[in-house]
Amino acid sequence: MKRHVFSVVVASMVAWSAPTVLGFCGFYVAKADTKLFNKASQVVLVRDGDRTVMTMANDFKGDLKEFAVVIPVPTFLQREQIHVGDKALIDHLDAYSAPRLVEYFDEDPCRVIVSDRMVLSMSRPAAAAGVSGRARSLGVTIEAQYTVGEYDILILSAQQSSGLETWLRENGYKIPSGASSVLSSYVKQNMRFFVARVNLREQAKLGFSYLRPLQVAYESPKFMLPIRLGMVNADGAQELFAYALTRKGRVETTNYRTVKLPTDMDLPVYLKEPGEFARFYTAMFSRQVGKEGMRVLFLEYAWDMRWCDPCAADPLSNDELRQLGVFWLDANGGPSPPPGGSGSVVRPRPMPPSMNAPEVFLTRLHVRYDSAHFPEDLVFQETADRVNFQGRYVLRHAWHGEESCPAAGAYRRSLRDRQEQEAQRLASMTGWDVSEIRKTMNLGAEGPDAQPISNKWWERLWRK
Amino acid sequence: MTLPGVIRRLHPRDPRLYQIATLASLLLYGLTWLDFEITAARAILILVTVLSTQAVCDQVTAGRLMPGRPVAVNIKSALISGLSLCLLLRTNRPELAVVAAVLTIAVKFLLRFRGKHLFNPTNGGLVAMLLLTDQVWVSPGQWGSAVLFVFLMASVGSVVVMRASRSDVTYAFILFYGAMLFGRALYLGEPLAIPLHRLESGALLLFTFFMISDPKTTPDSRAGRVLFAGLVAFGAWYVQFRMFRTNGLLWSLAACSLSVPIIDWLLPGDRYTWLSPPAAAAAGAPELRWRHPSTPTTAAFDRFQRRTI
Repeated sequence: MKRHVFSVVVASMVAWSAPTVLGFCGFYVAKADTKLFNKASQVVLVRDGDRTVMTMANDFKGDLKEFAVVIPVPTFLQREQIHVGDKALIDHLDAYSAPRLVEYFDEDPCRVIVSDRMVLSMSRPAAAAGVSGRARSLGVTIEAQYTVGEYDILILSAQQSSGLETWLRENGYKIPSGASSVLSSYVKQNMRFFVARVNLREQAKLGFSYLRPLQVAYESPKFMLPIRLGMVNADGAQELFAYALTRKGRVETTNYRTVKLPTDMDLPVYLKEPGEFARFYTAMFSRQVGKEGMRVLFLEYAWDMRWCDPCAADPLSNDELRQLGVFWLDANGGPSPPPGGSGSVVRPRPMPPSMNAPEVFLTRLHVRYDSAHFPEDLVFQETADRVNFQGRYVLRHAWHGEESCPAAGAYRRSLRDRQEQEAQRLASMTGWDVSEIRKTMNLGAEGPDAQPISNKWWERLWRK
Repeated sequence: MTLPGVIRRLHPRDPRLYQIATLASLLLYGLTWLDFEITAARAILILVTVLSTQAVCDQVTAGRLMPGRPVAVNIKSALISGLSLCLLLRTNRPELAVVAAVLTIAVKFLLRFRGKHLFNPTNGGLVAMLLLTDQVWVSPGQWGSAVLFVFLMASVGSVVVMRASRSDVTYAFILFYGAMLFGRALYLGEPLAIPLHRLESGALLLFTFFMISDPKTTPDSRAGRVLFAGLVAFGAWYVQFRMFRTNGLLWSLAACSLSVPIIDWLLPGDRYTWLSPPAAAAAGAPELRWRHPSTPTTAAFDRFQRRTI
């Protein structure tokens, strides 16, 4: 039986006997259909000092017996250092940190109030996402074999990348051509290779219909994600969401620029329609990637995990954080936020952190990369920066009441200008045609002067 | 007037003027285009603090050495240190920025060996802060690589105005460090795009052309400077690729600066002065000195001034 190798952010994946090589954070050959960000991977990095807990999620949809993953890791891993996590935790983290749409309602200009309501969050839009004798002769050492959850895991070390490549091929792992040259760098740096594949019997016993994320805990000064293996044979750019949970503050890359995503802007209210915000976000992200020459990582969220404002989802509970590997939280880590579900929770949650709450700072980074623009692996550092940042986009609903004072006239005039500015801002952020945007907004294709402002109540009554 | 004539006229005799202009332009560029994690207000706070600290230190030192003599404030060197600090130091806390600015200037006066300060002021200030608190950081990735051209122009231009005899340390360092990066990539079988990408780092260029090149803290002899450059390059490489820590350049320069007195003893040479010969002859020229208007210039004062710059 043959397995296929997929590349991962940190890693490469292997699958059995399928003709193409797939990738985890790397070249993922999912169906190019529906997903907002194809070929995307999600990685959670919990880091404090030299200790790291890494959780890797994938949305592999193929035949599970064809799935396998190869991940270079800095150290040998004992059985207890490997765990299978819960995908819901990453989904919750995603929902909590996702760029969000907020709406406000204009007041009656003739009265002298505010409602701030979260309408929906942009959840990460989908997937973004026998030997031992022969092994010795090839210079490959099987240092350990474990079965953890539904996965069979091998920890390999190698003397030569060519030996490792041969061993993997002979054992049914179909790895991309060209992987050897990338593997060689990791081999010479004495890194180990974590190879996982699905144990179908265990999987059937456990009853999961999807692959749960793999977690590894290790101690090493290296704070990095190996993305190079994932780019071997990559078909186009890859998408990666990296969530860093740290004690001190924001995480950034030291060998690439980290840029804040444009945020806090008023946009046309039609973005509230189903699918529109997702469409806006993907277009805006692509435009920003192009503007920066595809050479930067984007900061999408940086926040103390004890609160949020507004909340796209409740903060993760202490228990959830511990499951993700936040090892400095103990049972007495302070009051944990109430457990909450993920998804489009609709409420603001200005919850100032209490002094004895656990210190966990979340950084969400989003990067689109290929080998031409990202030649080397991502290297991170934790900074002391605790300034909050979120992708937040605002909808301001117009007041549609009856004009009963002169201020209402002035409001109508200013409204027209404001909506025109929103249309132009949306066009510049996404590259969309501004006249199309105006049409969708019912502004008229020619801009603010083309259509007089309606200031009679009956004129607005049946207008579409 | 011919072009060379124009260039000669514009060419500042004191390379620090050019350095200040370049660093200020880079800061402006970083603030407006690259979204540096520093506000204009914070930059002003740092600059005011370094200038004030320099003024106080100059007063104290001058008063101690030559009571009753005129006191000059070394604005240019303080500005260079301050601007470099603005480009490199990041912290959420303004009081720590102030402490860093004070330390940057203070290490220049406090840590001296035979009249020569040990650490490049900005390097000394940054390393001291990184040792003292975990609330400051340096963002080596903040420059990206799109600014490479701008940086190269500014940096190479800066070297041009430096005295050729002292830009050797810059060239030696980049050669050593480049060789180590390429050597490592070749050994590991990595594509050359990797060392090239590392060489494009704006942080590396800033360090190479504006920090390690500081003629006041590098060894006096050429052989000494080349040796020093090799040591710094190896140290930086070791920190980054053996210890896997950030800011290898800063740590290495600070550590290697401790070896400069030994290198100077083994390989002696002439002490550097900032002023080019014509300017040195006119040592009291107003564009090069700032002093109390009514005080007379004296040869002793000039000698003192040159020692303390």
